[in-house]
Amino acid sequence: MNYIQITDKQRQDMLRAVGAAGIDDLLRQVPDAYRLTGPLDLPPAMDEMTLRGHLASLAAQNRTEKVCFLGAGAYDHFIPAVVDALAMKGEFVTAYTPYQAEASQGALQAFFEFQTMVCQLTGMDVANASLYEGATALAEGVLMALNITGKRQVLVSRGVHPHYRQVLRTYLSDLPAAYIEVPLKGTVTDTLALENELDADTAAVVVQSPNFLGLIEAVDTIVKFAHANESLCIQAFNPLSLGILKRPGEMDVDIAAGEGQPLGIPLSFGGPYLGLFACKQQYMRKMPGRLVGQTVDADGRRAFCLTLQTREQHIRREKATSNVCTNQGLLALRASVYLAAMGPKGLRRVAQLCHNKAAYLAGRLGEAGLEVLNSRHPFFNELLVRPKRPVQQVLEDASAANMLAGHPIDKDYPELPNCLLIAVTEKRTKAEMDQLVQILRG
Amino acid sequence: MHDEKLLFELSTPGASAVDLPDCDVPEAQMDPAFASFTETGLPEIGQLDLVRHYTHLSHRNFSVDANFYPLGSCTMKYNPKVNEWAAGLEGLAGLHPLASEADAQGALALLYHLRVFLQEIAGLDEVSLQPCAGAHGEWTALKVIRAYFRDHGQDKRRIVLAPDTAHGTNPASCAMCGANVVTVKSLPNGLTDLDDLKAHLNDQVAAVMVTNPNTVGKFDSHITEMARMVHDAGAFLYLDGANMNAILGIARPGDFGVDIMHYNTHKTFSTPHGCGGPGAGPIAVRKQLAPYLPVPQVVQEKDEGRRMRDEKEGSSFILHPSSLVRYRWDHARPKSIGKVRSFWGQFGVLVRAYAYIRACGPAGLRNVSETAILAANYIAQRIKHVYALPFGPKDGQNMAANPCAHEFITVPQALIDRGVSIMDIAKNLIDRGFHPPTVHFPIHDCLMIEPTETESRATLDAFADALLAIAEQSEKDIEPLKAAPMRTPVRRLDEVGAARKPVLRWSPEPT
Repeated sequence: MNYIQITDKQRQDMLRAVGAAGIDDLLRQVPDAYRLTGPLDLPPAMDEMTLRGHLASLAAQNRTEKVCFLGAGAYDHFIPAVVDALAMKGEFVTAYTPYQAEASQGALQAFFEFQTMVCQLTGMDVANASLYEGATALAEGVLMALNITGKRQVLVSRGVHPHYRQVLRTYLSDLPAAYIEVPLKGTVTDTLALENELDADTAAVVVQSPNFLGLIEAVDTIVKFAHANESLCIQAFNPLSLGILKRPGEMDVDIAAGEGQPLGIPLSFGGPYLGLFACKQQYMRKMPGRLVGQTVDADGRRAFCLTLQTREQHIRREKATSNVCTNQGLLALRASVYLAAMGPKGLRRVAQLCHNKAAYLAGRLGEAGLEVLNSRHPFFNELLVRPKRPVQQVLEDASAANMLAGHPIDKDYPELPNCLLIAVTEKRTKAEMDQLVQILRG
Repeated sequence: MHDEKLLFELSTPGASAVDLPDCDVPEAQMDPAFASFTETGLPEIGQLDLVRHYTHLSHRNFSVDANFYPLGSCTMKYNPKVNEWAAGLEGLAGLHPLASEADAQGALALLYHLRVFLQEIAGLDEVSLQPCAGAHGEWTALKVIRAYFRDHGQDKRRIVLAPDTAHGTNPASCAMCGANVVTVKSLPNGLTDLDDLKAHLNDQVAAVMVTNPNTVGKFDSHITEMARMVHDAGAFLYLDGANMNAILGIARPGDFGVDIMHYNTHKTFSTPHGCGGPGAGPIAVRKQLAPYLPVPQVVQEKDEGRRMRDEKEGSSFILHPSSLVRYRWDHARPKSIGKVRSFWGQFGVLVRAYAYIRACGPAGLRNVSETAILAANYIAQRIKHVYALPFGPKDGQNMAANPCAHEFITVPQALIDRGVSIMDIAKNLIDRGFHPPTVHFPIHDCLMIEPTETESRATLDAFADALLAIAEQSEKDIEPLKAAPMRTPVRRLDEVGAARKPVLRWSPEPT
């Protein structure tokens, strides 16, 4: 099935209409020398029934029924049915980028609302209509800071997600920009080391809070250091945590970039996710990505359109603020529906539930004599635990008990050996956590 | 149509669309030093009103499901419903990206085979599925090229040549890789000027970016000659895969000299555009560039060559994990440019592309491109007596005399001379229920029309009729054309005002 509606008879009529004896007459521009004579070496076509059977059997080879304590940047949160129902409407799924404003008011208004809700959530002045995902959003924030300040060095906390740091290094590797990593002191950013590294060429300080190891960073202190040095502060954030945590805007952060996956987006093996991006008003014209603005139509009625496009690649070409062309429209829509469905109280409650449960688990682990490395600092919903047995063995035992116990961090943090990063969402129950403690204790 | 209020204007204190479970553990107190005590200001709305709000918004939008989108270079084909079903399967949508390889064999098998399919379609040696979108794929590919030259002691190669008709992301992506873009002229017939190209090629050039078929809808018959020139100069030939829908199963970029390219799954492989994303931009490369691809790469264990025979299925692909074959992530690629995004790629999008390629099969894919080409030539044939084709056949000749690929450009000079602008034509098409074609790209005052293969003949005819009716109206009185659109939720917008005094968020009325 290739979804073509033109019938064989119509095909013949159309060929005749254009003066072609056969389709080859229309392919003449492709020289014979490399025109394929045989079929591509691909498996044969499948009818829908066969295809569904095949895809279902591939899906069945993934073990998704296990109780999930995995987090580390992607979280198993509850997704209300209303999110799926509205975000799967064909009118949204199959629409194009809203360049033609009159034919795209639905998408444009939804993105305007999205931008507003990202501002409300982060406490920042302006937000764009989304970027690809968290790591690239953070990298775009760093490029923007280099552009704003004209300086050439960034200080990046080792508490930032390892993938984000790797992506950032890739983004900076061919540019005249230096990446300097600020070490951790225990499990939070070493602010003294950070202060020492700041110099006249520091464009920005990059910190993640809650950090990769689950701890809440002293962002306001880091902002003060950065600003005293005339550098910007960029915070990577978890939007769901902002139900209860101090918002980037409340801490005078300059650019906030985050992964929107916790806001109603399925785990889906790592993507597509949602890059959230917000900044202070004065940097608006340096922002990457699509922006929707409010305006009026010829009759004076409120209407919405893409705006400030002179920043963008299709106008500015090599001088554009970024090469970003698409946003993650459908995911921004999901996040919008999620946030509107939750409302301020619902979001606060979800965040509080995550925190309550993580706190309970931390308490139980402590009682069981296990080392919880977060215990001396405030955390949100992730715990760093050092089991008494090798982590690999714990993971295998948990798997046998139908549980994903957490994410081993040895490869990324050899200085913190044999540790497991455990995420707790509102979906986890007391019974599941009690069972996990048993497994960890061994 | 009535205006739809904003969510914030619908907000009613105390309303909510969700209920959450009671907490089965004690309440914990967040350290006040880190807690927020201010309200977010998010809207409060009941479930039915929330559903109505988004349903109303959905009615204020064009979509492929409801409208024909002949958008040149965007390939707005039908997005099959079975693909959406597949991406939503719990075994795929519910899979955590850090699940162990043993727990993710189905997903890894799917990714591995999609990679092999895309290699075959490109005629190139290795594919990375990681890039998030076309522009991201472009940037990734340019990073790969720079890494190659750095590794080969030729870091001085920092110039990328691109034709003046290139997509705007091309130069922007180059700038993000520290490369300089130099523009190469096109000839009046829309093809690259080989003399100008030759004049620009030297030992500083890293790559030449082309789109083929190009953005005026012509297959560049000099492409192999161009590839030879580029290779003789020690550079790579890069293909922007925006127009792959014209050559599936007909010609392979690797066979006509391309070294590296990106795909847009949301163009060629039917993954939905979603109001502007998510897309996916896999890249395909020749063997010598493969070591530099992003990490990790999905691989098949016991990978004895690229193909293995599955006796039971009788195909040359093993399409399920089995006791003989396992799939895993290969992180050990010391020359890799590194990671380009978190986790592994736009998996949900790639699932849809995989489902599409499996549904079509090799003959079906070739038929896709043949039909896309036929549909474009058919519309061109029907309108060309009024809508001039600068790169088409001479007056009075049929399209077959000088056919277009899957899209074509018209510069409707007759209408322009009567005072009708390209934007007027676009807005009148909207009133007639058609999304306008791409406008003013790649040349000024043009419409770029790409019907795709999935439209019925009736739709193609209705669109041609609409264009002809607009032309006919322009001969009588252009004022009605200037007033369009009239049948949309809003009329023409003050876009200049929007940019001059940007309002990018709703704010409560000052009290």
